[in-house]
Amino acid sequence: MRELGSAPVPEARGDDHLRGLADAPLVIEYADFECPFCAVLEQRLARRRLRVLFRHFPVRSSHPRAWAAACAAEAAGRQERFWEMHDLLFADQARLEDPHLWRRAEALGLDLERFDSDRRSDEVRARVRRDFDSGVRAGVVTTPALFTLEAGRAQRIDPKTFDRRDDER
Amino acid sequence: MISAGGLAPEFTLKREDGSDFTQSDLEGQTTVLVFYPFAFSPVCTDQLNLYEEVLDELTARGVTMYGVSCDATYSQTAFREKLGVTIEQLSDFEPKGETCRAFDAYHPGGFPQRALTIIGPDRVVTWSYQAPSPGDLPGANLIFDALGD
Repeated sequence: MRELGSAPVPEARGDDHLRGLADAPLVIEYADFECPFCAVLEQRLARRRLRVLFRHFPVRSSHPRAWAAACAAEAAGRQERFWEMHDLLFADQARLEDPHLWRRAEALGLDLERFDSDRRSDEVRARVRRDFDSGVRAGVVTTPALFTLEAGRAQRIDPKTFDRRDDER
Repeated sequence: MISAGGLAPEFTLKREDGSDFTQSDLEGQTTVLVFYPFAFSPVCTDQLNLYEEVLDELTARGVTMYGVSCDATYSQTAFREKLGVTIEQLSDFEPKGETCRAFDAYHPGGFPQRALTIIGPDRVVTWSYQAPSPGDLPGANLIFDALGD
């Protein structure tokens, strides 16, 4: 059985997906590739001087292709192209069926056979599930959800914090 | 909400097939009742979608979850089918809100509070929670905390 009782947001782990300048403030994001609010937030975060740690929070009944997209991003990550796939998925949320995922993998020059095998593997599903469960345990209820780490403790922040454009880099 | 230690009241709700769901149906199983304000409303949508993702884990713990609202059965079924969730829905449509009132989970605005309760196989409430406002969505972690995870 999975552990789903309350627990703090985990700090960055070795296999987390993290990008941005090393000395920039860190935000931990729980998001879903089929969530339109997440796509908007991604653009806003990209315009700021931040380190972004991305975690999956796919909810099937809201977004039927969210799990498949999350697994595709993880499979691309196994070929060192997580963020490239992440950006391609958010760039066109209307095209998330399998042929669209293959087309993106092809565009990134991935080994397609390996990509397809990885995205359907138990290991990749478990990796996505780990992120989802950590979000549930931290009280995430919908996407996007954002946290900062202050003195080692995760603090929730409202994604609307990044609606303003005057502090973009 | 009826607090932990209290006995679940006598009540009658309608299942989606039109049959009655009463206090007798609580006996012999651990039950989570999810009182929610309105079918098709945004927060209720997010709530059922989220809980559906952890439903297997509740089942693995021998727990059955039901959604309860004052919507008519047809509306509840349409809502559940639109979302693609499997959480069984129970209707408190007529007399409107009678069961919600019995559980002290009726909002003065004429709809269920956003509230959760866990009832043991002996009909004793083991945990209950009412959200600070109907717009607040209780995380699924709270349910698992209450189940002793």
